[in-house]
Amino acid sequence: MTSTIEPEVGRSRLRKEDERLITGRTRWTDNLTLPGMLHLAVLRSPFAHARITSIDVSEAKTKPGVVDVFTGADFADEQGSLPCAWPITEDQKAPDAPALAVDTVNFAGEAVAVVVARSDYEAHDALEAIEVDYEDLPVVLDMEEAIKDGADLVHSALSTNTSATWIFDSSEAGTGGEVEAAIADSEVVITRKFRQQRLIPAFMEPRSVVVDPTGGQFTMWSATQIPHILRLMLAMTLGVPEHKVRVIAPDVGGGFGGKLQVTPEEVIAFLAARRLGRPVKFTESRSESLLSAHHGRDQIQHLTLSAKRDGTITGLKVELLADMGAYLRLVSPGVPILGAFMFNSIYKIPAYRFVCTNVFTNKVPTDAYRGAGRPEATFAIERMMDELAAELGVDPLELREKNWIKHEEFPYTTVAGLTYDSGDYEAATAKAKELFDYDGLRHEQAERRERKDPVQLGIGISTFTEMCGLAPSRVLGSLSYGAGGWEHAAVRMLPTGKVEVVTGSSPHGQGHETAWSQIIADQLGVPFEDIEVLHGDTQSSHKGMDTYGSRSLTVGAIAAVKAAEKVVTKARPIAAHMLECAEDDLEFAGGKFTVRGTESSTTIQDVALAVFAAHDLPDGVEPSLDSEATFDPENFSFPHGTHLCATEVDTETGRVTVRSYVCVDDIGKVINPMIVEGQVHGGLAQGIAQALFEEAVHDEGGTLTTGTFADYLLPSAADLPSFTTDRTETPSTSNPLGVKGVGEAGTIASTPAVVNAVVDALRPYGVHDVEMPMTPMRVWQAIRTGQADAGGVGAESGGGLGSIDASSGGAQ
Amino acid sequence: MRITVNVDGTSYTDEVEPRQLLVHYLRERLGKVGTVVGCDTSNCGACTVHLDGHSVKSCSVLAVQADGCEVTTIEGIARDGKLHPVQQAFHDNHALQCGFCTPGMIMQSIDLLADNPDPDEQAVREGIEGNLCRCTGYQNIVRAVRDAAHHMRPGAGPEAERVEDGSGLRAPSSIGGGE
Ligand code: FES
Ligand code: FES
Repeated sequence: MTSTIEPEVGRSRLRKEDERLITGRTRWTDNLTLPGMLHLAVLRSPFAHARITSIDVSEAKTKPGVVDVFTGADFADEQGSLPCAWPITEDQKAPDAPALAVDTVNFAGEAVAVVVARSDYEAHDALEAIEVDYEDLPVVLDMEEAIKDGADLVHSALSTNTSATWIFDSSEAGTGGEVEAAIADSEVVITRKFRQQRLIPAFMEPRSVVVDPTGGQFTMWSATQIPHILRLMLAMTLGVPEHKVRVIAPDVGGGFGGKLQVTPEEVIAFLAARRLGRPVKFTESRSESLLSAHHGRDQIQHLTLSAKRDGTITGLKVELLADMGAYLRLVSPGVPILGAFMFNSIYKIPAYRFVCTNVFTNKVPTDAYRGAGRPEATFAIERMMDELAAELGVDPLELREKNWIKHEEFPYTTVAGLTYDSGDYEAATAKAKELFDYDGLRHEQAERRERKDPVQLGIGISTFTEMCGLAPSRVLGSLSYGAGGWEHAAVRMLPTGKVEVVTGSSPHGQGHETAWSQIIADQLGVPFEDIEVLHGDTQSSHKGMDTYGSRSLTVGAIAAVKAAEKVVTKARPIAAHMLECAEDDLEFAGGKFTVRGTESSTTIQDVALAVFAAHDLPDGVEPSLDSEATFDPENFSFPHGTHLCATEVDTETGRVTVRSYVCVDDIGKVINPMIVEGQVHGGLAQGIAQALFEEAVHDEGGTLTTGTFADYLLPSAADLPSFTTDRTETPSTSNPLGVKGVGEAGTIASTPAVVNAVVDALRPYGVHDVEMPMTPMRVWQAIRTGQADAGGVGAESGGGLGSIDASSGGAQ
Repeated sequence: MRITVNVDGTSYTDEVEPRQLLVHYLRERLGKVGTVVGCDTSNCGACTVHLDGHSVKSCSVLAVQADGCEVTTIEGIARDGKLHPVQQAFHDNHALQCGFCTPGMIMQSIDLLADNPDPDEQAVREGIEGNLCRCTGYQNIVRAVRDAAHHMRPGAGPEAERVEDGSGLRAPSSIGGGE
């Protein structure tokens, strides 16, 4: 009997995780109640920068239901400093980051005291009885001001607001030429200044943590993306033995990088539970979340792009200011560095220099947010390509094509020193152009311009690549990242032939249970339904690097493949023994060991039962089919794609409508097309939201004025169009499945596509840029400023960034 | 204060604080943790339930306001061990990723379909405008709602019609927020 099992990989399998989610039987951390559990509420600083002169908690302690009240002084000896795992330079300045402020507060929202009470309502009531006296300190909010000589300081002990300056120079690295010389020798040079506004990850499930200290074994449930790293960091920061800590990330309601953190609240809940010897729960409100969970992006980017008249790019210089906020969190300093490798994108650029200055301000810390560094870079280069095309008077797509790496040139080592393994930008672009009706829309655009239609049409392009699968450990090491990039997995054959796959990757909506089941079903030839995927618990998955940077599939799932291969290898001598043949005579396919050229066979599931009984195993064979494996790839993977966006811009009101959006992504081999499509949709929504809606805004005092969902505008269904998504498939050569990763692609590519489309619509009005988010007000103002400029000095001069001076020099 | 509420077909009489929100009553007192809290300003819709057959944001309703009412949560819509057609459609169309917005989204969609059994794309988008999802980009949610509409057409099953109790009780819009 030959097996005709259809491969699972490539099928749109409906998700295993859905049942509990659609029926409301989900294991959110906040759903958990333990016997004797107490509730913790946090008092937060209303000031962005102040000295705490006194805190009086005596009255709060007498309030109904209150068990105890703690301040920073209570935990000063044990709380340590929240960890930063990425010292990007040897002389990086990193202030102490206490979970509970001790004598100063450095951002509005910083925790200053906590109440632990019988109920959440009682804990919040008692917060009001805490008296804190503050003495104002000067507030530093503006990065450009912060780096000037004599600026007020965020941390006076550091005597500077600069945390670190990090440089990559292609002439020093030997990956390209000297950029100043390249620029000096070029026929066309454009300089622009862009602002990456501050965003808030805004996962829908507020952060929640429960700590149970029973028996000196600390079990922490947390809505986190990183249970493994969190466990390690708690052990290292708080001096608690690692083997006494178990971290469980049950169902987690979204992360987007926002739950890639060791949070003050996790540490405080841990300390409170340890002090009181009882389980403690903390769940943040949405306002607390917006105020104090880390923010993302927030850069000022100065770019210089040089080219020949024929459009050939000759050099790229990037100078960044990156806002760290008040403290360095887990990977804050490294976020802009991830972008350093992506500013050159898919283009052949002969000379490149990147300088980044990480700056402290009195704002909530920034850290990873979907794409982390790569959206910022992609935005900047894709905007510059459009600006260069406008300057040269050529079609922006043609300009890109002239400069991009051609299909036959892969593998290709870029000016930033990365080797792109595979890609086919021609194929993705051709498909996208056709689906989009590029020529038809250009035609319509010309017509609308001709008849001075008040609603103008703009076409935005973003051809992008990203580095996925944050791994090769040695590369991360060379960037001083504090951990490796491998991932771990185990495959356990149970006696009845069912399979448990344990993964160190810890999902929060990505569908690992389904995708990993598909992959392992093919590897072992067992049914999809016979596989259970375990994750997010350091007791079952004792090793792991967790989920961020689109690494789950490209690194995590490959570890599972390796573990499955070991299971087959272990089963082989046992199957040979059972079938009384030589090992070399065995074939394994579709879950079956067959003696070559005969009908004689046994399944791997039968072998599992034989192993369990262990009555008759070959000599010296261990009675186990369980295996584990760790995978550390040789290279990143490089998904790419072409995104095309058509926007209609009402020149009278400034209103922008996304009329159509087409993207063709190449993410290599696809495990589950349905899940991939969903990830792309969600990513696009987040990227479009950066272009049009979202921004964290502070007033002059440093108070967050977008502290609720009424002010921080997430797009609703009515704000977005339906997207047309498609794929090309150029397998990655960096891993055995040929997968590339997709979690961040949509977000990375869509922001510049939308901004380019709006600017494209408005070029006849003398507009060269519109600052994000492109609210109707900003668009309207850009049109007015553009027209005034065009009337005065000619439409083609200068960058024009609304209120920002585009002619100013570098970031230094 | 003493209230009596029928939740998912079971009647409960409880003493509650006057300020307790319905969502907290459901979650903490009744253990109905399927309904979740995503914001504190009634902007996200994660807490959407039905109060006397109409969707409301249960974070903007006090438990005492539900006295004498019938509440349906995500845990009460499957019948006879079968998923509600909207639940089924969410699964079939991959209309959820992390799933945190999903109970509220499903409850809102059921109400939307009761008002408009055959909504076009725009009507669905506007009908779920008060429910935020950060993961899906909404496209598959829209697809799911329209797919459910298709399966719920008259003749397709009892869920196709709204169950009206005839009392004429409707959550006043001042406490509703279920836009
Ligand atoms: S929890 Fe957000 S609307 Fe109720
Ligand atoms: S599925 Fe995650 S918020 Fe909607």
